[in-house]
Amino acid sequence: MTVDTTKTPEAAAVPPPGTASPKKRVPQGHRRLLTRRDRLTLGLMAGVPTILHVALVWVTALASIALAFTTWDGIGFDSIKWVGLDNFKELFSNNPQFWPAVEHNVIWFVVLILIPTPFGLFLAVQLDKKIRFSRVYQTALFLPVVVSLAVTGFVWQLVYNPDTGLINSLIGANKPGHYIDWIGDPHLNLWAILIAASWRHAGYMMILYLAGLKSVDPALREASALDGANEWQTFKNVIFPTLRPTNTVVLVVTIIEALRAFDLVFVFNKGAQGTELLSILVTNNIIGESSRIGYGSAIAVVLLVISLAVIIPYLISTFRKERRA
Amino acid sequence: MSATLTAKQRTPVRPARILLHTFLAVTALAWVAPLLWALFAALRPYAETSTKGYVSWPDKLGFDNFTNAFQQSDMLHYFGNTLLIAVPAVLLTLFLSSCVAFYVSRFDFRVNLFLLLVFTAGNLLPQQVIITPLYRLYLLVDLPGITTSGKLYDSALGLVLIHVAFQSGFCAFVLSNYMRSLPHELTEAALVDGASVWRLYWQIVLPLCKPAMAALATLLSIWIYNDFFWAIVLISTGENMPITSALNNLSGQYFTDPNLVAAGALLTAIPTLIVYFVLQRQFVSGLTLGANKG
Repeated sequence: MTVDTTKTPEAAAVPPPGTASPKKRVPQGHRRLLTRRDRLTLGLMAGVPTILHVALVWVTALASIALAFTTWDGIGFDSIKWVGLDNFKELFSNNPQFWPAVEHNVIWFVVLILIPTPFGLFLAVQLDKKIRFSRVYQTALFLPVVVSLAVTGFVWQLVYNPDTGLINSLIGANKPGHYIDWIGDPHLNLWAILIAASWRHAGYMMILYLAGLKSVDPALREASALDGANEWQTFKNVIFPTLRPTNTVVLVVTIIEALRAFDLVFVFNKGAQGTELLSILVTNNIIGESSRIGYGSAIAVVLLVISLAVIIPYLISTFRKERRA
Repeated sequence: MSATLTAKQRTPVRPARILLHTFLAVTALAWVAPLLWALFAALRPYAETSTKGYVSWPDKLGFDNFTNAFQQSDMLHYFGNTLLIAVPAVLLTLFLSSCVAFYVSRFDFRVNLFLLLVFTAGNLLPQQVIITPLYRLYLLVDLPGITTSGKLYDSALGLVLIHVAFQSGFCAFVLSNYMRSLPHELTEAALVDGASVWRLYWQIVLPLCKPAMAALATLLSIWIYNDFFWAIVLISTGENMPITSALNNLSGQYFTDPNLVAAGALLTAIPTLIVYFVLQRQFVSGLTLGANKG
């Protein structure tokens, strides 16, 4: 494939010099060219996917909000009872898992943004230097992004297992009395899982930054070199500022990943002590013994509100740019 | 990419370069180490590791754990289940999202921006936000005779639908950007000549989107194959599980034999690894197609 897909879509949208002034979309007048049949086709083309997406994603998200103010055992609709803010009151004041879960989600984000993200950027900058074997290094570093998080969880359990795991075997902590219980100890397990999560995240961030770096105009580097800037100065003053769009995406992706975190924890210890997460609490309300739908929905609403606080500003800025383009 | 070009440009060997290579080699090795460790454990019989310890020189390496995991857990069946979910899900997602993308990017309707916003935002939501009502909805929908469970719940169809609904957000966004970059004269001329809208889409726009579609197909295959969450919640019968959640059952069954679980985990990862090694470029470009905007 020779198409340079790393080009930003905006860049690709710029017409080559010499062509007629860019006409945006089909001008209004051409709409009259659409036959009745065409309109029907278009209606179906947009309608069917939209109905599917809205019904399964947005209607259910709204239903979550509605159900959060009710209690429901899930058996028959007549057992749905309006309880106002009770679920939230109980959640905020009476659930020993809720605040730790919020805290862990925050820690998850802070760790991902402070450690693997800059490391991914660093790796991307190094690999961008057109060095030998660059492909080999990239392949190795991307690898965790391709392997499913569930499999990642199993693989890291082999590393962390108190009896048989790599770490304890190496440091001699696998004998009775000297155990370090990476998975069971509530002070350790979150950090153990975060290492596995960072392992994956660094590779992911590296891909995004590599793409960002490829779109940096080489003339900028040359100019900076001519001005006598060293490598660090060039990066700090010239390259990094141009990576702003990538940084925005990286920030949003990292927040969303931190809110979505689920598979690793579920495989590790199902969110038992020390690794609670909002996503895990919601899920436990469904596949666990209890079927407290209203209560589970209230947790989902907390997750929804936090997510939208990120998604909405991101979309506004993205689409505003698009309109201008 | 172009080895000869970079070879000419390469600067003479400097200590900094050697340092950089050492750093990258060590990092790359550290990055694959957990997987290599799993491979090492999987290649050894449990009896040997339980007496000698896991960090020890192997007496015997072999694929017994792999064949055992494969046969005892009926993995072929679960790979089949995954295929039954992933193939229709990928194709449908690409088809439907390209339809939406075509609609919003080639015509000037008022709802376009709003439509695209709905799709894009939907894809960014965490899955757990919608799972509770979705789970209830899936239990409500009766499909006697269509799915083995008689419901949307616990069926491949149910998983296909949610994958399509969820992933089409990302794909519609990426494809609409891609389609917008195609020259408008192309479709305008055809429209004036009396070509139908469907023809514009199917014979003109879609073929031009092949690179983007290939990249998205690779990405979607890996994502949908790797899905764990939807399968855990929306599938209850072990028989119907795709491979990733079936692995979860396997490890519950054989938790006393980590070597066997390691083999199972690696077997589960093989298809994605093959796709990745063969289509690496498509995979990476797919990830960056959507991400390079901002």
